[in-house]
Amino acid sequence: MLPATAKLNRRQFLKLSSGSTAALILGFNWSLASCSESQESRSTFIPNAYLRIDHNGAVTIVMPRSEMGQKIFTSLPMILAEELEADWKKIRVVQGDLDQKFGSQTTGGSASVRTQYDIMRKAGATARTMLIQAAAEKWNVAETRCFAAAGAVHIKAGHQSLKYGSLVALAAALPVPHDVTLKDPADFRIIGKTHNSIDGLSKIDGSLKYGYDFHLPGMLTAVIARIPRYGASLKQVDDSASLLVPGVVEVVPVSAGVAVIAQNTSAALEGRKKLKLTWNKGQHETLSSQAIFKELHDALRQPGEIIRKDGDPSQARKAAARKLDLTFELPFLDHAPQEPNNCVAHIHEDICEVWAPTQNPGSAFRAASGVTGFKDTQIKIHTLRMGGAFGRRLQSDYVKDAVEVAQHIDVPVKVVRTRSEDIKNGFYRPATVHQVSVRLDASDKPLLWEHHLSGPANGWAPIITGGADELAYAIPHQQVSYVMTELPIPMGAWRSVAHTQNGFVNESMIDEIACSTGRDPLTFRRELLKNEPRHLGVLDLAADRSGWGSKLPEGQARGIAVHYSFQSYVAVVAEISLSTRGKLKVERITAAIDCGTVINPDGVHAQLEGGVIMGLTAALYGEITHKNGRVQQSNFHNYPLLTMAEMPVISTYIVKSTEPPTGAGEPPVPPTPPALMNAIAALTGKRITRLPLKNQLS
Amino acid sequence: MIDLTFTLNNHRETVNIDPETPLLWVLRDHFGLTGTKYSCGMGICGNCSVHINGKPQRSCTIPIKHVAGKEVLTIEGLGAKGLHPVQKVWDAEAVSQCGYCQPGQIMNAVALLKTNPRPSDADIDEAMNGVLCRCGTYQRIRKAIHTVAEEV
Ligand code: FES
Ligand code: FES
Repeated sequence: MLPATAKLNRRQFLKLSSGSTAALILGFNWSLASCSESQESRSTFIPNAYLRIDHNGAVTIVMPRSEMGQKIFTSLPMILAEELEADWKKIRVVQGDLDQKFGSQTTGGSASVRTQYDIMRKAGATARTMLIQAAAEKWNVAETRCFAAAGAVHIKAGHQSLKYGSLVALAAALPVPHDVTLKDPADFRIIGKTHNSIDGLSKIDGSLKYGYDFHLPGMLTAVIARIPRYGASLKQVDDSASLLVPGVVEVVPVSAGVAVIAQNTSAALEGRKKLKLTWNKGQHETLSSQAIFKELHDALRQPGEIIRKDGDPSQARKAAARKLDLTFELPFLDHAPQEPNNCVAHIHEDICEVWAPTQNPGSAFRAASGVTGFKDTQIKIHTLRMGGAFGRRLQSDYVKDAVEVAQHIDVPVKVVRTRSEDIKNGFYRPATVHQVSVRLDASDKPLLWEHHLSGPANGWAPIITGGADELAYAIPHQQVSYVMTELPIPMGAWRSVAHTQNGFVNESMIDEIACSTGRDPLTFRRELLKNEPRHLGVLDLAADRSGWGSKLPEGQARGIAVHYSFQSYVAVVAEISLSTRGKLKVERITAAIDCGTVINPDGVHAQLEGGVIMGLTAALYGEITHKNGRVQQSNFHNYPLLTMAEMPVISTYIVKSTEPPTGAGEPPVPPTPPALMNAIAALTGKRITRLPLKNQLS
Repeated sequence: MIDLTFTLNNHRETVNIDPETPLLWVLRDHFGLTGTKYSCGMGICGNCSVHINGKPQRSCTIPIKHVAGKEVLTIEGLGAKGLHPVQKVWDAEAVSQCGYCQPGQIMNAVALLKTNPRPSDADIDEAMNGVLCRCGTYQRIRKAIHTVAEEV
């Protein structure tokens, strides 16, 4: 927790209004919030986030972050409103656009609440202090006699009060205070209490505009006939039939293939159908899943890079009494957000304007700049709302598409993807192969943990290594290493990144040790985690609420897993049943999270529910495969999502904590697949080491 | 291109259009009714659901010519005179995450409750099963449908 009085950096807040305006506007620096030191050295301070209080009391927060269903447009304002003592009903949130001066505006890594908690508190407290000061001046009393509550300043033990709106002109004339007093968390009345989404209604009446829905006057729509396989290239285009389709305006070449620009979406799609294209096959024509996995297995023969070494592995190897080895194979995964990728671009008078549903406006800027050669203020990136993202919209391939098409016409153009294009042109979670070797001493205590993994990280190791080197179990000797390979397939960060692979591997292996030495998987974990109170906290909570240890009917079993990622801890208990004909049903999931101080409890519960389902979907079905140099999946029939009828009952719990807040979006995913597979091992004795499960039980 | 007339959210509309155009794109591109979402385009995900003559249908697979003379209701029309009870419960129970699939979920839930005011879990599974939600809001959808059933 923060000290009650936070020393504010001189330039952390900037007043943007003068006494003559009827609003108090405070600017602050969003992305630099966590490194205020470097701010001091800047000669001018230009804010990229704003808090504005109007004369009618409306509080507007402009945030340069992306809302994609994780509800930060609610949780972050709650933090500010808490310190401001605002009337929650008066809070409004406005999407801030990219300002290149501020570096990364990426939304990811479950980082929004974690990194913006302090600055949001300080912003609210600064405005509150100024409003109190204004009221004290007006009443001609000492500030200490005044207090703020529910959007107004009141006099202690008196009846007078002044609404914020009536104080903004006065407050705006005051200097910005350098240090302000933050509230005692014990007095929080907004933080920690469930608040429904600020924009909730617009999601259920159809009025919220996502990227796919965005429209500009005179805008055209385009779709791209994409290069069908990795390494291929365009040989010949015959667009004559396409150009005859009513509504088709133009057919243009782009680096991803051939774009059909039309008056509307259906004409563009129809025009694309009528293209006659021939392709050069390129050098990856034989690329297949089989070949990829063979290469990953072969790669494990190399020693690789060591990323963790505890104790003396070679000594431990000699001293061991017993040995357990498992090899795990995990597939490529696509994000498949419900809204396929899309982007609007317009190039006019040396300005390139982009409207993108993006988690990463900085990368959108670089994509637009790369295509046009434009710099700085010549490029404007506007962030749109998105129908899910899960890491996919950190990439800007779809921005590049739109800007390339926009170069051919002088009106705005929206380039949309169909589901099939989206699945076939992903930035996938890499497939990985893991060799885990554990040695036990004579009393079956784990002595040595060796984990050697390989994956096509294409030069970016964290997307295969994350979480592998953070095993929390007290095993004295450990060695973790990786070999990175390259593929012509684009890779990216998938919800919880490499924690999905390594969390699965770690928790499956730990379970295997418990099972094969006849110990209860919970008790075994608890022993090895006795110095990890926060792991134990979630483990005990989930175990307790799931009825761990109580008897289940014949044909049912439970499995457990715990994993730490993005500074949060999650434990999951899966309860399954297997029919006599071998049909698996996930009956119940119990999940517990410790993400420190909770801002919006219901938002955390929603993330747990959603993360569990994403984990189950991956465990049961998730798999992108390749044949003849292309992705084989194309839509939800062959890249299925969990459906309503397959839903287990999910119960979610939050560990009470006063630790600083951490994320909730990603951490629930990694422990879910191993909990499920551990339940299967408990029930059938079969250890699933290859995902997805598909029909491995029949 | 032909002229086609149908009722859209209680208004008579005529469009001059290729009769094979999927209803989804007519709604979105010609009428600007973007509450009906595109997600799979193959009738798999239900995100594009609207009511045609009161029945839930996937607008991405229905050519506009099949809609001639019929009544189409979209999410915008559902709440035109104030939120529908199903929408109210959806809000109260904070069902949405990204919200993208929710118009389709709501249109299917409304249709289910109209023919079956007190659906069982199995009824919900059957009626809602094909409406996909990548964010994983199914549990809340089920609960919201039960809540509506209890309230009415
Ligand atoms: S978009 Fe119509 S069913 Fe998926
Ligand atoms: S709420 Fe995001 S897809 Fe359903």
